[in-house]
Amino acid sequence: MYRYDHYDQAMVEARVAEFRDQTRRRLEGKLTEEQFKPLRLMNGLYLQLHAYMLRVAIPYGTLSSRQLEMLATIADKYDRGYGHFTTRQNIQFNWIRLEDAPDALADLATVEMHAIQTSGNCIRNISCDHFAGAAADEIADPRPYAELLRQWSSFHPEFSYLPRKFKIAVIASERDRAAMRLHDIGIRLVTRGGALGAQFYVGGGMGRTPMIAPLIRDFVPIDQFITYAEAVLRVYNRYGRRDNKYKARIKILVHELGAEAFRREVEAEFAHLIEVGVEPPRAELERIKAHFADPPFAEGPTTIDAGDPAFARWVERNTHAHRHPAYVSAIISLKPAGGIPGDASAAQMRLVAELARQYSFDEVRVMHTQNLLLPHVAKADLPALWQALARAGLASANIDTIEDIIACPGLDYCSLANARSIPLAQRLSERFAATGRSAVLGELKLKISGCINACGHHHAGHIGILGVDKKGRENYQLSLGGSEAEDVSLARITGPGFDEDGVIAAVEKATEVYLAERKEGERFLDTYRRIGMEPFKEAIYGG
Amino acid sequence: MRIITGNDLRTGAVVWWTGSGWSRFVDDAIDAGDAAEEIMAREEAARRVNVPYVCEASRDAQGHVRPAHIKDRVRALGPTVRRDLAVPTAARTGWDWVI
Amino acid sequence: MADDLGASPDVVQLRFRSDEPVDHAAVTVDAAIEQSNATAVRIEPGDDARLLLPVLERLALIEINFPAFTDGRGYSAARILREAGYKGELRAVGDFGVDQLSHLVRCGFDSFAPDRRLDEADACRALATWAHVYQPAADRIMSGRRTIAELRHDG
Repeated sequence: MYRYDHYDQAMVEARVAEFRDQTRRRLEGKLTEEQFKPLRLMNGLYLQLHAYMLRVAIPYGTLSSRQLEMLATIADKYDRGYGHFTTRQNIQFNWIRLEDAPDALADLATVEMHAIQTSGNCIRNISCDHFAGAAADEIADPRPYAELLRQWSSFHPEFSYLPRKFKIAVIASERDRAAMRLHDIGIRLVTRGGALGAQFYVGGGMGRTPMIAPLIRDFVPIDQFITYAEAVLRVYNRYGRRDNKYKARIKILVHELGAEAFRREVEAEFAHLIEVGVEPPRAELERIKAHFADPPFAEGPTTIDAGDPAFARWVERNTHAHRHPAYVSAIISLKPAGGIPGDASAAQMRLVAELARQYSFDEVRVMHTQNLLLPHVAKADLPALWQALARAGLASANIDTIEDIIACPGLDYCSLANARSIPLAQRLSERFAATGRSAVLGELKLKISGCINACGHHHAGHIGILGVDKKGRENYQLSLGGSEAEDVSLARITGPGFDEDGVIAAVEKATEVYLAERKEGERFLDTYRRIGMEPFKEAIYGG
Repeated sequence: MRIITGNDLRTGAVVWWTGSGWSRFVDDAIDAGDAAEEIMAREEAARRVNVPYVCEASRDAQGHVRPAHIKDRVRALGPTVRRDLAVPTAARTGWDWVI
Repeated sequence: MADDLGASPDVVQLRFRSDEPVDHAAVTVDAAIEQSNATAVRIEPGDDARLLLPVLERLALIEINFPAFTDGRGYSAARILREAGYKGELRAVGDFGVDQLSHLVRCGFDSFAPDRRLDEADACRALATWAHVYQPAADRIMSGRRTIAELRHDG
């Protein structure tokens, strides 16, 4: 994986010093909260319901064991012994004190980590396919390109006060495991005539006006793709709306101009910037690529001896094909039945770090589904890994099932939320696990957001739930038919909302319709697409 | 009653205006009435509180101060899903109080 | 004249140029294009800086106004002007603080008239924050500043 050189290290250290100085000026009264807020947000520090919250960047979701151990240290030293992995592959600590935040950032810098641009109206942490470099279906490893974007976007002098936040995802396969088209820029690496290039999708996003990004350029030569990104950002910075926070994302600009007119603006700016020359030297990409060379894979058995039925279930649900036949990628579920989606204790982080050292070449990934992943596990090691996980309660065999719920922190933590998300996720996963239904239902992605900002990706859930405030009471709207994958679609609302018990009952009814109607090989989403909303509506609101 | 809440600038902890200072416990909150705006301006300028605001509340039958909005009741007690991390008064009010 | 913004009330606190400051009143972008003798102009956030490209030769002072420091359009305007070869004074005016200085300089500003006077020590510290930079901006055009990637590969 990527390692800092002295330049990278100096940059994060300069940022720590800068933030320490800004914090000092805030505490001394030289900065008002209004002046300080954008600065602290650009260092990932929010003020939430109960305390400050620090969001730490995990560039393209990749961590070394040492880095994960430092996250455990931060949890113990500055927080309350746990952290929350997010839908953008980052981690949040919920109980940070402002006066401690510079020290926490200084500790992170010792392991090449930071909280730079994890919030604020700037280019956020670059996300990526969590199987990058391991999946069998990639045309290239997307991580070097994500790293090049990370460096380009860090402290960008022109794009630090954008109309609104800006999120970029990079993938390199036909399968989309990063919700690429629901980002401000989604990049898919492609080859045309043997040459590598970048496909640019621009203007996707969730929030109160969900949109699927249209294709803006089918092929940007790879030695111009930073320039193209810069052109997109400049057009956005100049013309994105600033009169209304809810219309300020680039998706609104693309929508209001139309994809064609937007493309013309970007192409004109791109032609100009090619003349100016902003692309990093080609040798830089080669230098970065060298950091992502394969670990020393060893030959070994290419089959898995799944004697124990519990182990077999875990292998079936929680492992993913690796491009080396003797390896798999193994997913560690952070969704125990009745648990808090995405939360991990410091002890769990240390255990996963140790297992990564032992079984996965020192590497851990964070998935946007709020699970962890060991990318390179020898098939021969799987039984031992599974046993170690099972002993620690981390072997829930439920990936992509209805128990594998994405949920934002909701009203339990977040100052923007209107309703709680976590208790609903806990009750749903507990119920479906207890009845054994989740295994029968197969792949069923349920996603819960506690407000319209859609951090819980409810628009992209096969089943989505949105918490709203109805006259001071928590109320939940149900929607069906969303997907964040290559078959991307936005979910549709079923009808009037429910209280907590009501929405749980409605989810159960929806799953019953699916089980009654499904044809061989159909997932919930496939059945919904074939039979439409009506049968579900009837079951949910009928009798 | 109109009570004032905010977060401690240095630590971020939820605090409530007691008439003479700031408390971690919502039951210590007093009715600030028409003086609320003036108190908030003064306390924020002195950096004793960050982003203060007024919320409606009532005193319930048990004598607890109960904010009108669920968000402020969650703030008063702590996350409902981590009761081990609650502020100490949670034991007195119980968690049904939040919802 | 209606488009004249009057004698500039701005107090220039920082100026990184050795030439004499221009004392002409800045006019709006429209006026600057129409008046063939205008040598100073003020750009507002909604203005298209590229409209000035045909008349850049005669301009000696371009002010870019920041009514709110969170509105970053002025950074693009500044870079566009420097990319087009503008060599005159580029002044940031309005609502910005020491924490914006470094990015403003990188985008090509070389004089500063902030609404609120900047603490000199804080400003010096802020300007010295970044020994190196990841991406090229107007600082490469103006002073040949090289990026980290360039330093890595050209020594």
